[in-house]
Amino acid sequence: MKRMLLKRLLQLLLMAWSIGTLTFVLVRSLPGDMAYRIAAERYGDDAITNAAADAVRAELGLQLPAWQHYLNWLGELLQGNLGNSLVSGDPVIDSLQHQLGFTLALVLGGLLVSLLLALPIGLLAGWQRDRLADHVSLLLSTLIRAQPVFSVGLLLIFLLALNIHWLPVAGFGELKQLILPTLTLGISMAAVSSRIIRNSTASVISSPYYQFARIKGLSRWQTFCHHGGRNIAVPVVAYLGIQTVMLIEGVIMIESLFAWPGIGHALSHAIFARDVPMIQGSALLMGVLFVLINTAVDGLCLWLDPRGQAT
Amino acid sequence: MKPFTLCATLLLLLGGCSREQPPSSNAELVISGPFEIVSQDPAEAGYIFTRMQVLETLVDVDPDGELQPGLASSWQHSADFRDWRFTIRPAVSFHNQTPLTSAAVANSLTIASHNPGPLSQIAISAIEADTTAADAVVHIRLEHPYRPLAAVLANYSTAILAPASYRADDQHVEQVIGTGPYQVDQLTMPHRLLTRRFDNYWGQQPAIASADYITGHRSETRALMLQNGQADIVYNLDPASVAMLQQQQHVRVSSVAIPRTIVIKLNNGHPLLQQLPMRQALSLALDREGIAAGILRVPEAAANQLFGPSLGQWFNPSIAAAERNLQQANQLLDQLGLDWPGASRWRLYQGQPLTLEMITYANRPELISIATAIQAQWADIGVQLNVLVDNSSAVPAGHRNGTLQTALIARNLASVPDIFALLLNDFRTPDGSGWGPMGWSSSALSGLLTQMENTTDPAQLRQLAQQASSLLAQQLPLIPVSWYQQRTGVSKQLQGFRFDPWERSFGIADMSIVKP
Repeated sequence: MKRMLLKRLLQLLLMAWSIGTLTFVLVRSLPGDMAYRIAAERYGDDAITNAAADAVRAELGLQLPAWQHYLNWLGELLQGNLGNSLVSGDPVIDSLQHQLGFTLALVLGGLLVSLLLALPIGLLAGWQRDRLADHVSLLLSTLIRAQPVFSVGLLLIFLLALNIHWLPVAGFGELKQLILPTLTLGISMAAVSSRIIRNSTASVISSPYYQFARIKGLSRWQTFCHHGGRNIAVPVVAYLGIQTVMLIEGVIMIESLFAWPGIGHALSHAIFARDVPMIQGSALLMGVLFVLINTAVDGLCLWLDPRGQAT
Repeated sequence: MKPFTLCATLLLLLGGCSREQPPSSNAELVISGPFEIVSQDPAEAGYIFTRMQVLETLVDVDPDGELQPGLASSWQHSADFRDWRFTIRPAVSFHNQTPLTSAAVANSLTIASHNPGPLSQIAISAIEADTTAADAVVHIRLEHPYRPLAAVLANYSTAILAPASYRADDQHVEQVIGTGPYQVDQLTMPHRLLTRRFDNYWGQQPAIASADYITGHRSETRALMLQNGQADIVYNLDPASVAMLQQQQHVRVSSVAIPRTIVIKLNNGHPLLQQLPMRQALSLALDREGIAAGILRVPEAAANQLFGPSLGQWFNPSIAAAERNLQQANQLLDQLGLDWPGASRWRLYQGQPLTLEMITYANRPELISIATAIQAQWADIGVQLNVLVDNSSAVPAGHRNGTLQTALIARNLASVPDIFALLLNDFRTPDGSGWGPMGWSSSALSGLLTQMENTTDPAQLRQLAQQASSLLAQQLPLIPVSWYQQRTGVSKQLQGFRFDPWERSFGIADMSIVKP
């Protein structure tokens, strides 16, 4: 485990440098005048003027060569400073702390809902492979996955906010405002993870070691607890890790639909505005999170299946 | 490390990320619009703070566009419009209970004049508090005559903040301390502004005690918030949401013409576009009524001139409706020698298909639909149009570097509530301005502007304005497509709602809530 953590720490450092460098190069390669882009985001469409763009260019030193900006960024990063947003002028770390908290609340809530839905459905479908429950679960999963997450969200709004008035449509600040976006995310995630659980369950319960446990006299419950749970969990945990990583970068539609102030929406604005420090900071933080989540998943998988230690 | 410890550490790390507690909405009035509060600086997001009536300007504007006293109770100017004296309203307090003084006003305006905005485009010699006058007076001296200065001081970027709002070293705005009927209670940038009534407001006390502004990124989300009762007013509705809200009993939709026009900006330096018959042909090929009815769903929005009916004296009712006439458009193009071989889909220019590029932007989603409609309509006269959807900044940037050919824009004509100021800015230099005509000049228009600069007679000003509008409609340096109608959804529980066509205020202080 220690070796794995050390390896991941080295990966983290390499990843921080490479992500920052890559985003810098990519953003700098995009067409369009950075000063105008930043002025548009700062002052709004109606107020972009040559004077505003010139003021931005002078203030931020955009006329300086790109390599100077890169070295400045690298120097600041080594001191643990992500710099200031080119649009708001505020420290990037402050914006990230604010926005990331909202995104993580959304993602963790979505993950919880997804597990609450996917575990029973997936286990039942796995136990009843090729029978009614399995077919119904497959049909529902396919129907939901075929919908863009946006339309699942709209359907839930119509049902829970407009018809029975249980929940607010959008916004943030109260726990009840988190329910609709997390339900939307959770249902969309569960549509896939329930099938992963189903397949894992079906594979484990048809395996020779599982059948042998039953033959040697263990009850269904004992067999499941001693030989099923952990073995089913390994691929599921690995998949949930990947799903969480994808979610952190992919919740933009949910944030936009439910007026939720998360990092996906902030990142898209930063890209439109060519807010390089904000993009670098967001990408860096996402990279760190990915490594941390993957490390946690690997650790969990090792705990579930210690045979992995040997490799 | 045990896996459990690792997971717990990770969760704690994640949970600790959000530093601040966002406000919960117990406000009496909830407003949602698409605008994000990117900063506390009036130059950047001042329009949110003036609309929420936190900040005020020296000069106010009534719905007809007439200037009214704001924080300045009156103002005078010298005969040559170079010396201006603004008398500051007495007994006005900032939200931090400090008094509004001429020194505070001069400080705020001086900072505004150094930031991008309409004030910085005027050559100012000095902004100073006049300590010799009996009343509090701010004296502004200009290097050149400038008649619309008072209108510029109605722009949100010139809103007056208390000296304590600014950081001492670099004048960065750290806190919004204004004089309006509402003060900032909690600000969660960029998505939320919670305000509460300011008890020491100099004017009439508002009935509504608190108001909450929530950024709703999507029009349909805002409409659903209103339908569900979560919001009381939602701004900038799309046609589909309007149709949905019109079926709700507890909601009404307000539709008001605003001083914003969708126009095709042309590079008048382009070898073809610099010729009037080419511009006329492109204009004649447009089906404006079809666009207004089919895309905007407001048939009366078809524009035959740049300045719409909401712009008072600048709207010229004698200009004929701009109807589609493909026959005449084709004749004009034929006369220009732009051949259209029978087998070809496009006319030829210098042996190549006649192709133009049009930049537009997605911030206003209707622009993309209109651009594609224009693409189809210009195809009917053999002109191939490539539509490029870019960031809005591509328009002024393309203007400056000369690469722009055409652009479809929604031009705000009211950022300064005097069209004269806008035209002066557009025609100050032969290059024009980023959102105005490009590479076009007219001695006739310059003559009219010079006359207006030296005239104070309202009847003559009106006549000159009408002549200027006619000239622009004939010469078509910008091709008008449609005027804007702002659609706002309002709860029927609200009394006193009025949409400000100049988009300076949400008018919260004039509203009250009637319980059903």
